[in-house]
Amino acid sequence: MSKRVDTVIKIKQANFTLHRAGAGEPLLYLHGIHGAASSFRVMESLARYYDVYLPEHPGFDSSDMPEWFESIHDLAYYYLDFLDALGLEHVHLAGHSLGGWIALEAAIRDPRRFRSLTLISSAGIHVKGVPKGDLFVRAPEVVFKSMFADENIAVAIMKEGQSKNNEDTFIKNRFATARAGWHPPMFNPHLAKWLERVRLPVRIIWGDCDRIFPIEYAHAFHRLLPDSTIDIIPACGHLAHIEQPHALVKSITSFIGGLPK
Amino acid sequence: MKFFFFHLMPYLDLDPEVRAKYDSAWMVLPNSAYDPVKGHALYNRYLDELELGDQLGFDGLVLNEHHSTAYGLMPSPNLICAALARRTKNVKIAILGNATPLRDHPLMVAEELAMLDNIMGGRLISGFVRGIGIEYLVWGVNPTFSHERTYESQELIVRAWTATEPFSFEGKHYHVPWVNIWPRPFQKPHPPIWTPTNGSSETVEWAARSDHRYKYVQNLSAAAACKKYMDLYREVAARNGWEAGPENLGWGCPVYVAETDEIAVREMRPHIESLYNTFFRMPGHRFFPPGYTSTESMRRIAVDKLPIFGQQTIENLMKHGVVLCGSAETVRQQLESNAREWGFDTHIGVFHFGTLPADLTEKSLRLFASEVAPKLRHLNEPKVASELPN
Repeated sequence: MSKRVDTVIKIKQANFTLHRAGAGEPLLYLHGIHGAASSFRVMESLARYYDVYLPEHPGFDSSDMPEWFESIHDLAYYYLDFLDALGLEHVHLAGHSLGGWIALEAAIRDPRRFRSLTLISSAGIHVKGVPKGDLFVRAPEVVFKSMFADENIAVAIMKEGQSKNNEDTFIKNRFATARAGWHPPMFNPHLAKWLERVRLPVRIIWGDCDRIFPIEYAHAFHRLLPDSTIDIIPACGHLAHIEQPHALVKSITSFIGGLPK
Repeated sequence: MKFFFFHLMPYLDLDPEVRAKYDSAWMVLPNSAYDPVKGHALYNRYLDELELGDQLGFDGLVLNEHHSTAYGLMPSPNLICAALARRTKNVKIAILGNATPLRDHPLMVAEELAMLDNIMGGRLISGFVRGIGIEYLVWGVNPTFSHERTYESQELIVRAWTATEPFSFEGKHYHVPWVNIWPRPFQKPHPPIWTPTNGSSETVEWAARSDHRYKYVQNLSAAAACKKYMDLYREVAARNGWEAGPENLGWGCPVYVAETDEIAVREMRPHIESLYNTFFRMPGHRFFPPGYTSTESMRRIAVDKLPIFGQQTIENLMKHGVVLCGSAETVRQQLESNAREWGFDTHIGVFHFGTLPADLTEKSLRLFASEVAPKLRHLNEPKVASELPN
């Protein structure tokens, strides 16, 4: 297994951290609201099959918060620039939660850049009458617990992670999340009507106990994306990469492995 | 000195058992806890108290804006100002303030305030605020743009007030190709602008710009913070090439005056403690949503754990100089000493707070107006021409 390499790339006059591991077809994995680090484990598994790119989004973790980052649209165009900067032509795209939303926004703009799309508990749309789990009104610990089918996992993680460094990253990532998704909460009202432009094989992966974007959101994406299949992971909340990493990796590899060469 | 009377207009008939079921009287407390019959009586009581302030010779009345809360029944301070406009004769009315970044169209604020200034013949003072953090949750306005929207909306309003020809405003958050408000304000160039705050260096920088010179009014803060920021205001003004005087500074705090110090503490205690512990209290993450303050302040706040999130006592509030409480003589002494040391010319007394009943409110107001204010009038006033050396 190849070791993870961490580099800094410069795009649009700002510095961004990129984690990379593995070999094979390129897979760009876009993290969710908690930043990149919690996806390292899944990245390690995926690196056995693919050349995995796990960038820290603008405004997250150790990446700069550039002035031009003012909405989800800026992140979508940023990732198209990112592909240009790295000379990546035809990548598998995957995104979790906020990362799924960025992936969709990039894919509707330029679907030909991508070979496939994997959406994991993705933000981006709103299903009328199905409220999302709130991220900002409730106390952060309550929100975090609600992201798991088994809340004991959340309790254990919070116990482990109370360092000053983590607190700074928490504040920074929360800011960047708010900037992109405060209002309307974690969706773009115009996205749904453009999703038919995503003429790509799409795999929708969802935890059956997701209380942030309930399971109805998975079915709505399935209806809106013309070439999509859906995979529901049992005993799993919003953070499949933490709660059911094996099932998540299996779903991604079987999806990409089953694509025509 | 000038003396202003600030009313928060709380819904004080809150059932303690209902209140106890929620972590805050803001946002989450359902409005089934509000009884409109009691609310009707309260609005009229509070308006009577404010009108009494005019009759007692206060220089001004102060109103503010808050949303979805029992802390204050004034989501629109402009409406309360309108209700007072023709029932008062002499007082200025300071709206501290309109939370302009919460609005999609700040010109409505410009127009309403211009109307009020015309009706009152120039008695309006306009404060502008950002709204407190939780209001960004209530209204769905992105708090990471709070400062930008605040500055831009104020710029639009001031230009709308002062322009005498239609103009085009080309902002980032507000873009209006044809600005031409009717009426324009009564006062020239526009109503005085005050910047109320709980203390922030960013607000000081904004208010003390040489093209602004907005009055900096620090409310509900510990004495040490008041002094620190008022000093900073003078420093920033000097750096910007102008000299700030007492007329640029104000101090706001809860006040209670009674016959003796002992009676004052006894009578103020349950009501001031209810202001903090029942009405104001809210979890920190709702008071400071992401981006409402800089990441740097957010870190400091996380460490400090501000007292507003815990139980508050009158002893603690008095110890930190947040409130004025005592006999007329005690209150006069403390106020005089602060005014001399910090150098402000305007005091804003929160004469009603929490559950304070009508009779005590009136007693304290009358004592302050007759025995405190007259003795401090001369303090920190600009010298009249005849007193100036030739």
